[in-house]
Amino acid sequence: MRLLFGSCFTFLIAAALGLGATWLTLTRGVAFGSLSIGAWTAWPKSGSVDIDPYARAIIARSGELPVGMGDGVTFYAHTDEAGDNLDGRCTFTISGMTPAARYWTVTLYDPEGRLVANTIDRHDFTSEEIVRDSDGRFTITVAPLARPGNWLPTAGVEQFMLVWRLYDTPIGVATRTAKKGPMPAIERKGCS
Amino acid sequence: MIRGLLWILAAILLGGIVHLSSVLAMPQTAKQDAYSRLLPLTPVNKVVALSGPTPDAAIMPFMDPAFAQAVCRYDLTGGMLRLIAPVSQAYTSVTFYTRKSIAYYAINDRAAGRRMIELDLMTPEQHAEVPEEEDVTAADRLIIESPSKVGLIVLRALAPERGLMPMARQALAGATCSIQPVQ
Repeated sequence: MRLLFGSCFTFLIAAALGLGATWLTLTRGVAFGSLSIGAWTAWPKSGSVDIDPYARAIIARSGELPVGMGDGVTFYAHTDEAGDNLDGRCTFTISGMTPAARYWTVTLYDPEGRLVANTIDRHDFTSEEIVRDSDGRFTITVAPLARPGNWLPTAGVEQFMLVWRLYDTPIGVATRTAKKGPMPAIERKGCS
Repeated sequence: MIRGLLWILAAILLGGIVHLSSVLAMPQTAKQDAYSRLLPLTPVNKVVALSGPTPDAAIMPFMDPAFAQAVCRYDLTGGMLRLIAPVSQAYTSVTFYTRKSIAYYAINDRAAGRRMIELDLMTPEQHAEVPEEEDVTAADRLIIESPSKVGLIVLRALAPERGLMPMARQALAGATCSIQPVQ
């Protein structure tokens, strides 16, 4: 009797622990082989055959095709520099320098990887489209309401994420975590 | 007391096994992976343009809206595959994925070094059949080995500005993939 109770208890706890851990790692992402610069995190190996089992599971579940190593590298941001959630009712700025790359794009998605509908149909900027100052620096304002300059609309969604893709870049292929390039800083400027 | 601890220890160990096996099983059980999504939209061994993502509809999540994309869903059962893709003005890349969405090879226009990206895709068995001198003499012949018989080739052409999207699409419209006898 005691044995039966004990094994039932064990199996229940094991299933809860195991599946819970799986759910957590697949929804939050894991740190294996990641490259973090400020608020941005990339998994350069996800674009190669050296992809780890967790990233494989995440990709199989979401249905995306990762950018291949040799094509580029993808950085994701779910929070700003200070760790605040990217809330579409707030205003954020993205500014600073980008690592060496032939082209880059920055795109705003909802947490499921869908574009967010907005009045001007603007979801992204490319390195060629961006308006820069005389030093070559730029500021992108991510905000619910229209802004002058590089405005990336959030449409007031509760939570969004930013994806920075660098194409034809040595980042992730040649660099190690210790020697990383600069990434633009994300800062919260206020909430409406 | 000790007995209770042993049960808990067993539960943790077993939980670890459940966790690892569920992670490893995910790619095998996923019903909505990229290949499954593209299967109804793409004929085999043919380059097909993909519609870009919009807020209402996207073939896959996290597609880059600045790129025109086309796919060749391949099956090497009948021979090797020759891929020819003209290079667009800005940036063009070709990425090879297995059935399970693993990017096993990617090349861009600069690495290819000319106006056309030209590749022969074959299985390791087919590659072994290629006469050796053929392999050496054709220095400009780029051979890629596919780890699986079926998979996806994704062609991407950047539209550096929104108005240039038709041009990027046009460049990809000239791409072809076709089965060839192994030689």
